[in-house]
Amino acid sequence: MKLCLVVDDSKVIRKVARRILEELNFDIEEAVDGQDALDACDRNMPDVVLLDWNMPVMDGLEFLKAVRAKEGIEQPIVVFCTTENDMSHIRVAIEAGANEYIMKPFDREIIEAKFSQVGLI
Amino acid sequence: MKNQDFEFLSGLLKEKSGLMLTPDKVYLLESRLTPLSRKRGMDSLDVLIQQLRSSRDEGLIKDVTEAMTTNESFFFRDNTPFDIFKNHVLPAMEKARPNKRLRIWCAAASTGQEPYSLAILLKENWAKWKGWNIEIVGTDICTQVLEKAKAGTYSQFEVQRGLPIQTLIKYFKQEGDVWRLNEDVRKMVTFRPFNLLGSFSLLGSFDVIYCRNVLIYFDQPTKKEVLERMQATMAKDGTLFLGAAETVLGITDKLRPIRGHRGMYVSSDGGAEELMGLG
Repeated sequence: MKLCLVVDDSKVIRKVARRILEELNFDIEEAVDGQDALDACDRNMPDVVLLDWNMPVMDGLEFLKAVRAKEGIEQPIVVFCTTENDMSHIRVAIEAGANEYIMKPFDREIIEAKFSQVGLI
Repeated sequence: MKNQDFEFLSGLLKEKSGLMLTPDKVYLLESRLTPLSRKRGMDSLDVLIQQLRSSRDEGLIKDVTEAMTTNESFFFRDNTPFDIFKNHVLPAMEKARPNKRLRIWCAAASTGQEPYSLAILLKENWAKWKGWNIEIVGTDICTQVLEKAKAGTYSQFEVQRGLPIQTLIKYFKQEGDVWRLNEDVRKMVTFRPFNLLGSFSLLGSFDVIYCRNVLIYFDQPTKKEVLERMQATMAKDGTLFLGAAETVLGITDKLRPIRGHRGMYVSSDGGAEELMGLG
């Protein structure tokens, strides 16, 4: 089974994402901010990170830059999942090395479509 | 819903659109027509049925047909029919059409995602198609969905079902809450209302036809008739795509499936699979 790290400061979002992804046969780990997510990657590198943007301590973009600087562009696959839904944010995220981008609110179909586009399903 | 009301509505829909409703689809009638009756200021679905019975109001009949035949659509739905288009159909047509003319028909275009997905695939390699006359025709029985298709605007939900983010960035502009497909892609597709039960003669001949998830609503004789008329309107080396749950087997022998490529059919008297390297 593939491991997905769900990074979001909202417990509710983490729970919803976990439920959808477990149904899609992913193992789930959770992190509450970017720093927490970096630590989780050091312990056990996930196949994919579902990443919120706005979080305390370290935001999603900072996490993305840090993980790409450290681990390169191959892994992990990073799928942003955020309420930042304007073109300029999307461009910044893709330039920083995000593989896909989900605009909240999301549902199972969207997660499934996006994960299949990056070859995870 | 009363039994005789169901019989009346399903008979009407069969006559007007070919749509076959089995009694287990009563819920579909209720869930789609109740909002319509409200929109028309009627107290209930019963009133709507009463009016249909007494007046044969063509406008109302049209609204009922449209409400029942509208289907959800997404970009690059099911992937495979688009991968085949890109990897096999387009290279084959590039070789087989010295006159540089290509005609594609999406026979149930709905809100436009399918023909626009094909247009985007062509755009991805646009230099190759320079000097070609490529026509994509999107038809649907429902004029309301075609209006939306023409506008090329989609909600955040719609653009996230099937469109890779890079494609969204490249081909769409954000306009407030909606995303609008760029004009140069929109211009590649012509939309027009069309009933599959009507005559195909004005449509001309096509090299590629997409008719997905429509036949499932038709009874066997209607399926046969529509499929055979499609085959007749298709170039000898043309390709037909049906939905994953649909087939020609046991319905007509004028078309045959391509093994290993689900949903893809060619004319029984044509040689499309050699052309596409699938023989």
